[in-house]
Amino acid sequence: MVVKRERDRESSSGLQPRIERARDGTPTILVLFRTCKFVLIGGLVIAMKRENLVKITATFLSLLALLGFLKWTNSYASPYIVQILNLTAIYIILSTSYNLVNGVTGQFSLGPNAFMAIGAYASALLTMTPAEKEITFIIEPIISPLDKIALTFLPSLLIAGVVTALFAFLISFPVFRVRGDYLAIVTLGFGEIVRVFATNATSITNGSLGLKGIKQLTSLWWSWSWAIFTVFCLVGLVQSSYGRAMKAIREDETAAQAMGINTFRYKMLAFVISAFFQGIGGGLLAHLLTTIDPKLFTFLFTFNLLIIIVAGGLGSMTGSVIGAVIFAWGFEFLRWFEEPHQIGGVFIPEIPGMRMVIFSLLLILIMLFFRRGITGRWEFSWDWVFNKLGKKIRVTN
Amino acid sequence: MEVFFQQLINGVSLGSLYALIAIGYTMVYGVLRLINFAHGDIMMVSTYIAFFSLTGFSLFGFIVPQMPWYVSFPISIVLTGVLGFLMERFAYRPLRNAPRISVLMTAIGVSFFLENLGLVVFGGRPKGFPTPGLFAEIFYVKDVALSSLSLWIPLITLIFLGATFFLVYRTKSGIAMRAISRDIETPQLMGIDVNRIISLTFIVGSSLAAVGGILLAMRYPQINPLMGIMPGIKAFTAAVLGGIGNVVGAALGGLTLGLIEIFFVALFPDFAGYRDAIAFIILIFILLFRPNGIMGEKLPD
Repeated sequence: MVVKRERDRESSSGLQPRIERARDGTPTILVLFRTCKFVLIGGLVIAMKRENLVKITATFLSLLALLGFLKWTNSYASPYIVQILNLTAIYIILSTSYNLVNGVTGQFSLGPNAFMAIGAYASALLTMTPAEKEITFIIEPIISPLDKIALTFLPSLLIAGVVTALFAFLISFPVFRVRGDYLAIVTLGFGEIVRVFATNATSITNGSLGLKGIKQLTSLWWSWSWAIFTVFCLVGLVQSSYGRAMKAIREDETAAQAMGINTFRYKMLAFVISAFFQGIGGGLLAHLLTTIDPKLFTFLFTFNLLIIIVAGGLGSMTGSVIGAVIFAWGFEFLRWFEEPHQIGGVFIPEIPGMRMVIFSLLLILIMLFFRRGITGRWEFSWDWVFNKLGKKIRVTN
Repeated sequence: MEVFFQQLINGVSLGSLYALIAIGYTMVYGVLRLINFAHGDIMMVSTYIAFFSLTGFSLFGFIVPQMPWYVSFPISIVLTGVLGFLMERFAYRPLRNAPRISVLMTAIGVSFFLENLGLVVFGGRPKGFPTPGLFAEIFYVKDVALSSLSLWIPLITLIFLGATFFLVYRTKSGIAMRAISRDIETPQLMGIDVNRIISLTFIVGSSLAAVGGILLAMRYPQINPLMGIMPGIKAFTAAVLGGIGNVVGAALGGLTLGLIEIFFVALFPDFAGYRDAIAFIILIFILLFRPNGIMGEKLPD
């Protein structure tokens, strides 16, 4: 055991310079792959069991397949498809991190739109050059330190994440003094306060005009490497003792407290980590859409995420990922309902806004008849795959 | 002094509106322990019903004529009550034994459903609300210009509040309602038809929201499908401010919130843009320091 830990530490300290390198333009995904290789080599030594080796190889190969797929789309698919793929990755980041608070810890927060807004504004303000800011801020000039700063993408994303996490840390003190539906309404309140602030603090956010001309820095590499990183971090967290404490709070807060779990600390931890990733998701979104304004971050955004995590299965990270993928693509397919059609002899005119009617109806129907969602609390694991495969092979034999 | 007087009247009339809407929240919360997110949107629907019956419309060849306000407003109030009943019957009743968070999520779903259906059916463009002449007169009291509406609103509110208090505190159904808000199982054992009482609560709450909505539409004579969100959340704040589950508290809370909001804007005109945040800041502070609200009933966890 001791040896194992020693190796772990070695491999993690060895990662440091590699992550640093990403700042000078190396795509993070490559860094991540080097990381994976490193973990793999470390894992080879650690994992004496054949099983673990197989699982790590399977993970590595599936990541490689994803990379190949992304590389292929990046050069051959239409910009429209690339855009949806980018959105898919961002939805994965946002929904898995939202799920950490709502599904895993069982605290019904309605505030991710606030976190996204903070992340989006913070990162956008950091990457815009002083000249661009001067052009954009026509009502009031931007306040002092921000008008000179211009950073590259990764540091500004990280700062945006940290700022958002700090905000979450500060509001967690009032937020977690209440429970249940009161928690929902307080987080909703903070979301609205942030939006009202973004509309009115003209010298920081440019008010209701929003920020325009943000550089389109988000690429498939950026969005998907963050998505993979987020999923790995969150799954690791959920499987750790921290995750078990969070689940205990979800099941019965009083019992968890009686077992010696500092419930406030774990709730806050989930909230802050979730906010960090939501801030980064917001930053990626800002640099994908290139324009942001306060209207983008209304409660509607939270509602979409809520549908994703509920439809996927509240509490399951696998469910959130599946939900995010279905949502991002389903939202595009549902455009069909908004276009004019000729069915039989009946002409149906275009109905703008029909998608959201269908989506809200979907949420009600899921809650009424299908409360478990797609996966329930089931999580994907290689064991499950191998079991299934093993059965199949046995059957065919 | 004149300004103060005028702002006071404004605050009272805005507060009365919040009070009318807040009662629906507080009654539903009382019996079901549910924050009915769709309440503000129910109110929105009521203003559209009033609008279409005031102006008349034609649908699939049927022509509905223009109606005077004393016909169209009652129609709107009754139909909104029916909508409240249907919402409870089909969206909330199947979840009676489900976790409370599931019901809350359904309520959010219903709210978005109504808003988006409103956007599809009524269109996103705001419509001007034709205020009947009786409510649009302006008269002067010692140089202070007053619209007759700002006096009508508190008057109408008082009438409906009186009726609601009578219902809740002097009738058998009201006693049953209060019994259910204490404990939902015992009244069932004592032969009270709980579902009937809950339906009644939704009908009464939605009808009061309709009254509030119509008055709101006349005060700010423009209606759009998303107009219910803000007054809805503010009315909820008012309900919490007064002590949720308490009908008198909701009325007081609404009045307080209306006065605070109007005087904030009057005193700090530079920060008028932040007026929508006031309600939330108040809400957060109440939940932190006096979660029982003004009327102080015990807050369930």
